This record gives sequence, C-alpha cells and structure tokens, in this order.
Amino acid sequence: MDDISILITGQAGQGIQTVETLLSDIFLGQGYHVFATKEYMSRVRGGSNSTGLRVSSRPVRACTDRIDILLALDREILKRISDRISASTLVIGETGQCRSGIMENVDFRAIASKIGNPVFSNVVATGVILSLLEIDPAVPSRHMESVFGRKGADIVGKNLKALEEGYREGAGIKGRVSPPVPDRPDGKRKGILVNGSQAIGMGAIAGGCNFISAYPMSPSTGVFTYLAGKGREESIVTEQAEDEISAINMVLGASYAGARAMANTSGGGFALMEEGVSLAGMAEIPVVIHIAQRPGPATGLPTRTEQGDLNLALYSGHGEFPRVILAPGTIEEGISLSKRAFDLASSYQSPVFILTDQYYLDSYYDIASLPVIEKKAYGEGVVRTKKGYKRYLLTENGISPRGIPGYGEGLVRIDSDEHDEDGFITEDMDTRKRMVEKRWKKLDTMKKEAPEPGFFGDREYRILLVGWGSTYHIIREAMERTGIGGLGFLHFSQLYPLGGDVIKYLERAEKVIGIENNLTGQFADLIARETGFMIGRRITKYNGLPFSVEEMKELLLKEIK
Amino acid sequence: MNKETPRSDTAWCPGCGNFAILETMERVIREIGLDPSSLVFVSGIGQAAKLPQYLEVNYFNGLHGRALPAAVGIKLANPGLTVIAESGDGCTYGEGGNHFIHTIRRNTDLTLVVHNNMVYGLTKGQASPTSPRGFRNPLQPDGVDMEPFNPLSTAIALDVSFAARVFSGDRDMSAEIIKKAVLHRGFSLVDILQPCVTFNRINTYRWFREHTFYLGEDYDPYDREKAFMASIENEKLPLGIIYMRKQDAIA
Repeated sequence: MDDISILITGQAGQGIQTVETLLSDIFLGQGYHVFATKEYMSRVRGGSNSTGLRVSSRPVRACTDRIDILLALDREILKRISDRISASTLVIGETGQCRSGIMENVDFRAIASKIGNPVFSNVVATGVILSLLEIDPAVPSRHMESVFGRKGADIVGKNLKALEEGYREGAGIKGRVSPPVPDRPDGKRKGILVNGSQAIGMGAIAGGCNFISAYPMSPSTGVFTYLAGKGREESIVTEQAEDEISAINMVLGASYAGARAMANTSGGGFALMEEGVSLAGMAEIPVVIHIAQRPGPATGLPTRTEQGDLNLALYSGHGEFPRVILAPGTIEEGISLSKRAFDLASSYQSPVFILTDQYYLDSYYDIASLPVIEKKAYGEGVVRTKKGYKRYLLTENGISPRGIPGYGEGLVRIDSDEHDEDGFITEDMDTRKRMVEKRWKKLDTMKKEAPEPGFFGDREYRILLVGWGSTYHIIREAMERTGIGGLGFLHFSQLYPLGGDVIKYLERAEKVIGIENNLTGQFADLIARETGFMIGRRITKYNGLPFSVEEMKELLLKEIK
Repeated sequence: MNKETPRSDTAWCPGCGNFAILETMERVIREIGLDPSSLVFVSGIGQAAKLPQYLEVNYFNGLHGRALPAAVGIKLANPGLTVIAESGDGCTYGEGGNHFIHTIRRNTDLTLVVHNNMVYGLTKGQASPTSPRGFRNPLQPDGVDMEPFNPLSTAIALDVSFAARVFSGDRDMSAEIIKKAVLHRGFSLVDILQPCVTFNRINTYRWFREHTFYLGEDYDPYDREKAFMASIENEKLPLGIIYMRKQDAIA
C-alpha cells in the first residue's frame, strides 16, 4: 500500500502517547515518512483519546479519516469513531463494541498483567503493530533501553518481554488475516520529527526571543513548555504569570527594557490580554503574541481545534492602531514565520500575532532538516540614546528610533495616555491628531513588506480555493486526490495586512471557494473588507475537528460538479 | 520637579499629598545617588500614577492596575535597572490586587510605593479598597459596607521581603524609610498614608497626625508575629519599617 493509517485509542493515562512516540521513531528510523496527530478529551485520567499515525514511503503531512489498523486499548472510543471503521479496517484489541471491520480480539491487559503489571499493555500493543508491519524485533528492542532505561533494568526487561508477547500475538494475527503493509522505502533517510508547538518555539528562539510569560492554557502550553525547557541553554526568561493580564504586561515591560518578548495563550486567555494589546499599540512596544486557537465561545472545547479567533486578533484592543497577523501552514513555515514575527514586531514597534490551532500544534511530521537560520542578536533594532531623546519622534514613516532604558544618556518615557514626542501626557488636540496619524502610518510599511500568498495547482485554474494556516496540507492532498485539473489554491500565511495582488487571483477564477475551520468564514470576510471581492461560496467546519483529506476531497468533488 | 521640561501645570489639586511625595522621591533619588538613566519608574493610572511625569527619570506609564507585572518584566529583562513601581490605592490594591499578591510571592527586587489616600481621586470621590467602613460617597450614600483592605497584614501573611508605612506629611522620615526600601534586595512595599484634600474629609492632615505613631527603637521588624500584630492595629496606625524577612536581610 501507498500509505497506511494506524489509529491508537485508549484512556488518558494508558500510555498511548508512548506507543505513538515509539512507533513514529521506529518507522522514521526505517526510512518511512511519518505523520501523527491526536485528539483528546479535557481530563487527566480516563476518558477516551486517540492518536493517528500515517506511515508511508512518500511524504505524508495531513490527517485522514481512513483507518487501516485500529489498535483499541479501551472500548470507549469505538463509539465515537464508528463512522471511520470500514469493512477492511483491522481492529485489534478491545473489539467488544465494534460493528464492522476485521476483528482480532486481544486482551492486552491480561497479557500485560501476566508480565507483572497492566501498565505494559501499551508496549504489548506496540509489539503487535511492529510485527504486522514486518519490522525486525531487534529494532524496537534497542529503543526499550533508551525509553525506559531511567526506570531501571527490571522495567526495561519487562518491557522487552511485553514487546516479545506483542510480536507473538502479531504472528498469530498474520496467520489468520493479511494485514496492510506500507510499501518499503527506497533507503535510509535522515529526517527529524517536529510538531507545531516545537516549530513555533524554535522560530521564537531563532528570532532572538529571550522573554516569555504565560498562564498555562490548552492548546498553547506546548510552546511555553518547549521554551521553558530551552530556557537555560538559550538564555530565555520564562515566567509563569498569575493570570494572562499579568503575562502580557510583564511581556510589555520586558520589551520596553529591550527583551525580544512573547506572550503565549489561547482565545479565552487572549481575551484577558486585550487591554495590553491596546497598550502595545499606543506605547509602540514590540510584542509577539501567539494565539493557539481552540473552539469557543467561553471555555468551548478546550482540547479541540478551530480557526475561530481571527476576528478576535484582528479587532483586539480598543482604539485604532496597526498590527500584523501571521498563520503558518507547514511545520517549516512555523519556524520561519515565528522568527519573522519577532523581526516584524521589532521593526514596526507594534503587536504581531501568530495564529495557530490545536490541530497544527499537536500534529507532527518528518522534515529533512532544520532550516539554518541565523539567530538574532539581542538588542537588534535598538539605538543608543542621546540627551534629549524623544521616544515618539515624528518621522516620515511613523517609526521612531527605539531606545531602551539604561542604554545611552537619554530617558525613555512611554505612556498609555496620549503623549507628545517626549512621551509626556498631553491633551493637546493637534498633538493627538499627529500621533494617531504617526501610529497608523506604520501600516503603509507593513503593507509594502507583506508577502504574497502561496499559489499551488493549475495556473489555468477555473476554480480557486482560498485557505489559511493549518488547512494547507489537507487542501493540497485533497486537491491531488481529486485528480482533476483546473483547480488552483491560494494559501495565506500572512492574513493581515494582505500582500500581493490578491484581487487579480480572485477575479480570474470562475468560482472562488473559501475554506475555513470555523462557522462564518472570517478570512473570507476580511478579504471582502480589504479588496471588495466577496467570496460567496464557503466550506466551513466547526465541530471541533480538523477537516480530513477524504472529507475535503468529497467536498471539492461536489463543488466541481 | 523635572528640569528638562518644566511642568508647572501638574494635574494635582493645590495642597495634594502628592506634592510632598514628589519632593520626597526627588530627595530619595538624589541622596542614594541613583543615575536617572538606569532608574525606571513604573506606574498605573490615577493621580498618583502621574508622578513619574514630573521626575527626571525613565518611565513606563502603563495600564490601570498593571504597574507591578510591567515592573517585574522590566527588572527580569534588565536586572541592572533600579525599578520603582508607584501608583494609588485603587490601582494597586483594587484593580491590581492579584498582581500585588503574586508579586510579593515572586519577590522580584523592586520597590512598590503606594499613595494610599483611601479614596478615588481621578474618578471623583468614590470609595477605594482602603476606605474605612461607613465612608459616605456618591456611590455609597449610606457609607461603605465592606472591611477595608489591609495591605500590610496581607503582605506579612505572604512573608513579604520588606514592608513599611509612612505618612506623606513627614518628608524626612518618609525619605529615610523609602531609601531603605529602594536599597533593600527583594520586593519592598511602602504604603504612604496621604490626605486627599478634595475628596476625603475624614482622613485629613490633622487626622493622620493624631492617628499615627512611629514604632519605637525596641521594635523588632524581623519578628513576623509582632509585625502582624502591628499591621492590624487600627486605633493608632504604626509608622516605620513594619516587617523585614530575615533571610533577605542577610544578603
């Protein structure tokens, strides 16, 4: 088979994460391409979670509905995914409530208990899969030491035994049914697995980020955890704040003092930060704000995905001031855009947003290598001040030379009240008018420097798809799978301000379809606002899950007819 | 008063306690010998929060209630800076109450100076978190029906590094105590009792003189239990350094 899709299900705490990590590392080591994504419930123990793995000899980078092998460590989830189980799905494990598919009932718990503890169930399951996919048992054995070594020799030994039992079960299944096996890769390759959270974190480090403050909130926490882990090595101050209001104000204080600073949150937390966004706009403080979107309103679905907070970022903060909004589509772009966000914030002295979502952050795939990016030096973009320094000096493009306290002889005064060039409070109406215009003028530079959207597909398109952020790979794979010409795809990773001649792309199409993981098509509305072009046809999804490749393909075929 | 850009037109009422605090702060800066370019004042919003405008210093005049988190961010980003956060009782103890609690826990090396006049000035005379029970105002015509917030006992309960109370009318003693707070390594709180001549007819200059006393030579600020007792006295309010945490004093 071209690629196979494995779904592992279990309760929180059953160790399906370990299965996923082991399998993806092992398959990658064998030269396969790997894609993984998860969906999980908002709880610490119990519930039912799943993690999907695609293994292929060709690059795989999007989530599918199809399940070739379902590894069920508990029976609860079967109900939720019953639509995805087809007659050809091989179901292994707790098959009890399963209505279709090829059943192979395996009592992982009983096997694990015989080894000494039901906790080994996940490694038994790992052994079953590796056996079915014809991986030499010597390969996973080597991983047992590196994964469980710190827990002692006894645990390593028992996990080796669990693996062996899994291979034995797998051999039995192979005797009865012929399991799907992915085509062999043409050779060993070097690749590394990077998820969305790591990509944003790596980009931040490359962008010189040396300060982050946040309050933990799913699905944003992964980025914070990643940077906290790198804090010592990369000299990053990481501060867990008492609330999001404190977090954004700490970040603004740090940025005022010269740090390249970042706030990290999700929709609800960001709602608390909005006054801080307004302060960044008024006081012209560079700040990068990562919003990891999840479905709202209010607490919504804390661990699920949506692209529902574009308008929140676009209109956040009272008063009028410019901003930039970015949304990476690929892992590589996550790294480069996150870095770029710091450069843009620094040069425009304005808030710059990175919009991701749970699907993007919790998914990973292999990339050939990390892009080589020269790390920004601290203090870049800052001037040494002289006596009489004016923080808000009026200039041609509205951007004033940025001084920081303690660097030079000048004093750096910033104010959330309307202020004059020195930073003193003023209620002079002429000054007010000049300052409003000064701040807004920065948008001209932002527009000039905004990159074009990416175009993919048939240059002679009749139908143009418009998407942004994390739907990138899903739309691209679905387009390929339709096998139909005349399809073009415009993908935006800078949402605001728009760059390039967008209207030209739109007007050339017979039909334009906006595709968004939200209810209303917020980006299509933004395009209408900015270009006057109304995208009438919109494909949207808002049940908490990302689009799947198959679903997208069917939706596209329907539109093409 | 700021020499570089003279501001004769301050936003304060004639006779406001803020004038004395401004003079005291100038004296503190001068007597410690702080270099203005490495000194940052961080303030929130309100009449007290305008003070940095009239000083020859760097300042971050941020949002209402949010002086402390910004001050923490500044100090963490550049520990070489001397950071003084200052704002009123409404900004610090009301709007910013959560930050007050957690900045004490965090014990960042900065000084918090609170102009505590027990009333809201800029919004015209409403009760503040420290207004006494029964305080009549436009929004509570029958008087305040809540216990006043006690910043010192809250701080001592959190084992604050340094906590003091001064009276704005006594510039000499205020300057001496604020100097110690600024030089103290760790988070230091100075609650300044200050009359509001426009909106607070109860807590006047005379009232403060009659209802305060200085802690004596024999008072041990390292004794946390005694400090807590001193902080809850309300017949006459003790002035001076109420509490210092032992382990921070050794450094």
